[in-house]
Amino acid sequence: MTEPESQFESVDAMPPPPRRDEGRLAVAWRELKKAPFSAKIGLIIIVTYIFVALFAPVIAPYGESEIIGPQFELAEKAPPFGTDHLGRDMFTRLIYGARNTVGIALVTTVFAFMLGGTLGILAATLGGWMDQLVSRTVDVLMAIPALIFAMLLLTIFGTSVVNLIIIIGVLDSTRVFRIARAVSLNVVVMDFIESARLRGEGLGWITLREILPNIMPPLVAEFGLRFCFVFLTISALSFLGLGIQPPTADWGSMVRDTSTLITYGELVPLLPAAAIAILTIGVNFVVDWFLHKTSGLKDEH
Amino acid sequence: MLIQRLSLGLLTLFVVSVIIFLAVSMLPGDAAQAMLGQAATEETVEALRKRMGLDQPPYIRYFTWLGGILQGDFGTSIANGREISELLGGRFVNTIHLAVFAAVISVPLALILGLLAALYRNSIYDRSVNVVTLSSISTPEFFVAYILILLVSVKLGWFPSLANVSPDTPFAERLYKTFLPAMTLTLVVVAHMMRMTRAAIINLLASPYIEMAALKGINRRRIITHHALPNAWAPIVNVIVLNLAYLIVGVVVVEVVFVYPGLGQLLVDSVQRRDLPVVQACCLIFAATYVLLNLIADILSILTNPRLLHPK
Amino acid sequence: MSNLDKLTQELRAGRLSRRDFLQAATALGFGAVAPALLTTAHAMPKRGGKLTAGIGHGSTTDSLDPGSYENDFTIGGAFARFNYLTEIDNEDNLVGELAESWESPDAITWTFQLRKGVEYHNGMTMVAQDVVNSFNHHRHADSTSAAKPIVDPIVDIKADGDHVVVFTLEAGNADFPFLVSDYHIPILPTVDGQLDWMSGVGTGPYVLQSYDPGVRMTFTRNPNYWKEGRAHFDEGEMITIADVGARTNALTTGEIEMMDRCDIKTLHLLQRNSNVVVGETSGTGHYTIPMRTKVAPFDDNNIRMALKYGLDREAMLQTVLGGHGTVGNDHPIGRGQRYHASDLEQRTYDPDKAKHYLKQAGLDSIEVDLSAADAAFSGAVDAAQLYKEHAAKAGITINVKRVPADGYWSDVWNNDNHGWCFSYWGGRPTEDWMFTTAYAEGAEWNESDWSHARFNELLKAARSELDENKRRDMYVEMQTLCSNEGGAVVPVFNNYIHAKSTKVAHADSMATNWANDGQRYMERWWFN
Repeated sequence: MTEPESQFESVDAMPPPPRRDEGRLAVAWRELKKAPFSAKIGLIIIVTYIFVALFAPVIAPYGESEIIGPQFELAEKAPPFGTDHLGRDMFTRLIYGARNTVGIALVTTVFAFMLGGTLGILAATLGGWMDQLVSRTVDVLMAIPALIFAMLLLTIFGTSVVNLIIIIGVLDSTRVFRIARAVSLNVVVMDFIESARLRGEGLGWITLREILPNIMPPLVAEFGLRFCFVFLTISALSFLGLGIQPPTADWGSMVRDTSTLITYGELVPLLPAAAIAILTIGVNFVVDWFLHKTSGLKDEH
Repeated sequence: MLIQRLSLGLLTLFVVSVIIFLAVSMLPGDAAQAMLGQAATEETVEALRKRMGLDQPPYIRYFTWLGGILQGDFGTSIANGREISELLGGRFVNTIHLAVFAAVISVPLALILGLLAALYRNSIYDRSVNVVTLSSISTPEFFVAYILILLVSVKLGWFPSLANVSPDTPFAERLYKTFLPAMTLTLVVVAHMMRMTRAAIINLLASPYIEMAALKGINRRRIITHHALPNAWAPIVNVIVLNLAYLIVGVVVVEVVFVYPGLGQLLVDSVQRRDLPVVQACCLIFAATYVLLNLIADILSILTNPRLLHPK
Repeated sequence: MSNLDKLTQELRAGRLSRRDFLQAATALGFGAVAPALLTTAHAMPKRGGKLTAGIGHGSTTDSLDPGSYENDFTIGGAFARFNYLTEIDNEDNLVGELAESWESPDAITWTFQLRKGVEYHNGMTMVAQDVVNSFNHHRHADSTSAAKPIVDPIVDIKADGDHVVVFTLEAGNADFPFLVSDYHIPILPTVDGQLDWMSGVGTGPYVLQSYDPGVRMTFTRNPNYWKEGRAHFDEGEMITIADVGARTNALTTGEIEMMDRCDIKTLHLLQRNSNVVVGETSGTGHYTIPMRTKVAPFDDNNIRMALKYGLDREAMLQTVLGGHGTVGNDHPIGRGQRYHASDLEQRTYDPDKAKHYLKQAGLDSIEVDLSAADAAFSGAVDAAQLYKEHAAKAGITINVKRVPADGYWSDVWNNDNHGWCFSYWGGRPTEDWMFTTAYAEGAEWNESDWSHARFNELLKAARSELDENKRRDMYVEMQTLCSNEGGAVVPVFNNYIHAKSTKVAHADSMATNWANDGQRYMERWWFN
């Protein structure tokens, strides 16, 4: 326990809010230096990805859909990774993939959490008809197989990136809603919420100051995974012939396009898959660190 | 309460059927044309439209279909005239078989791995379990399947790459043939459940009563299994249910790669051919499964949290 | 050795005569071993074993109704169970199957003499009335059969006794015996006055054991099969394996002995596997990029010619098909077909000529929309991107419009709202059939909405012309018209590619009318 007293006084203020006079940057830097090794790796990975995503056109040696040689050229002839099934540079596609994939996944996940999280907390706090209405709507949406539903909706509305984000975001938000509501329900019945209500605190205050901090850890853990589920949904959709439109490079579709190679023990398809996996690991390392900090447990190792 | 939930479930099914009906009707392209493909001529499309009842207004078609369902008649497939109940029966069994097989492996595995990770958090064990499960979860499932096939089937020759079971396949052979798909699904779902278990328990470890238990000198293992776990059930059960539902509903891709005759493939084929009665029947089965699992999750959440049973 | 392997494969694929093979092998320095290779390629068929084939097509919505057959699974299943009046043999010749012979004085009335004593799987004997009923199954007013365009010109069918059937057509058609080999029209038994297509019974090489649409079909050998030297396997099984990776894996692990539709991108890797033989046939299947000839700017033939010259066919062949095919010459007739215009000069990529035609149209540059979806053929969107790059050099700007794959054939293709799009043709075995379906004025699938008076006049004349030479001249002229004035860019003809275990053998040449030896692999192949 870093601050055992505060734990017993109230559970609502974790971690302690940074004091204004110290400067947020300084606090952040101090926390960062204290962070465990894995979290630092995670942060480095995330920063690298963001950098690559932002400066893709500068870093990449070729254009996103430029054909530079024959299909599946070996790495020796088109360093460092060879070419893909259309003769485009694999390295370039990976770099542009960071931009498209990470961007889309981030926007989609944030959208899903804003929507699902807000509704989940509200449903748990308010209860009654509001809870019934949202919960039943979510039940209906979740009862329809997500992949099939996404397929139907994308076919109806077209597979533009915006549609992809909205459709996957809404479908994902139902999952977020469930978890947010479930953990909020546990918190809502706690004594300190009761006392806050008796004190006459408003809905906004209770939600933001009392409930949100207490349900943050499971939500953040969920965020780390939901984030990578978006890649997977996109790649599964591309397996079924939908997903992001070519020639836009995205890792999910890149795995799909080159996947038959793995049958012969060739490693090219591992590259985009590894790009997804490394990012997932990085994000989740940081999530773990956050989880650990907010849990108020002291580092035991 | 149970009755209320069940009737809500029925209402859910009804709304699902309406949504699916509308969605399928809104799909671009004419249904009769989609059925006949490129080989369609104006004449044959017209004849098929009549046979499919497309010359009637949508709401009449919907209520005709609903009337059939209420009498327990799922109808026949438009595409090949087969009885839908017969078409679905075997595939439903297959889908359930694979889901149960994967769940039996993955749920206990996830719980144990998650508990251990919470117990030895930040250790090498915790880190490596995390890295392994995260890599497996962040790999598209068809790709996990290809890698497993390459290693276990092509290189080692231990298990077949095709899970093409038929209704008369004996149970032992069925297990053998479905081992690789079940492993693929396990790899896909275990990380999610394991991480939620770990997170939910760690979240509780800072609670005053756990502190108290620790101060009383109860050992860590006992604290986790006897004090933290019972209170962490709500989010864990929710994630388990989500994943169970996924194992039944979301395995289209695994079915395609392993050529496993489950409901998912049937549903995708039928959507593409606009075979509405079959799409509806599949979706209703999936929805019913989901409603049922949900009900179980809610009941479990309440049973494991005494406070929810007696709200103040 | 790889050159020799390639030669041997070419020989097996029927693209090389035995003499060419020997000459080429000698040139490579394999003169001594070449005759031995020839004999292995020519081994005698053996009876026995169970062939399991992994087929990329097949859907849970498939049906046993022959009028509904439209994919490679249902076609292969039909040829395994049924016989037809005529057959395209493994050397692409038209031969009789259930019909022993046929004749027509005027190409209008056709008299078919049927084979006697042929039994169905259920023990009944095939008679002329069955043939009449089998055709009528596709002819009635509310038929949804895909064979309707073939049977529509039939005015009357009559059984003359048990072994003669007489067809009367509304107009002469010299190709009629070819048309009746179509896989939609098997000869089926009549039970209780009704045509029995529900049971899957026919007169063919194998008896249907089980069928689960979209999953599998199993057969056992027909013990009473009438055809000599055919149906070598004791048992057969077809499995739908939609995913090409899964198909390849199953072939590699030996769970299936044959797969169709190989992945072109990784074909060179598959060929490294010494237990697998890749087989290729160049057929009549081809890609087209039809322009609506009544929609501006495609109503100007100069624009059409500019676009035809603005495409690098060779590059498209390499990229989209990995070289597994041949370049097209803006008409739909394949090199293997009877009346292919082999003297017609091959159109090549020529930005200068394209510019010249633009100038003829009074333009320096032009901007056109091209609609593409992978529903047309796998790689159509890539092909559109390529075309855009090529045409840019001739001052032509192509805006690639990617459209939804679902509903492509009803909303995009053959539609004036999309003046230019991609399409695919499985090909038709006769010139007349192909032209009548997709290029004749007023034809429903005239995808370029082309009407050319001379072409249509020739089409009608050639159809009923019984003199071979006159007929050839007419078809050559039609191909030339198509190429120079037609509405479709025909960039490439695709090869059919399958792979099989080295245990599976077949005759030196394979039919090219459909994939997999005319989809008659169950009947024609054997285990060595």
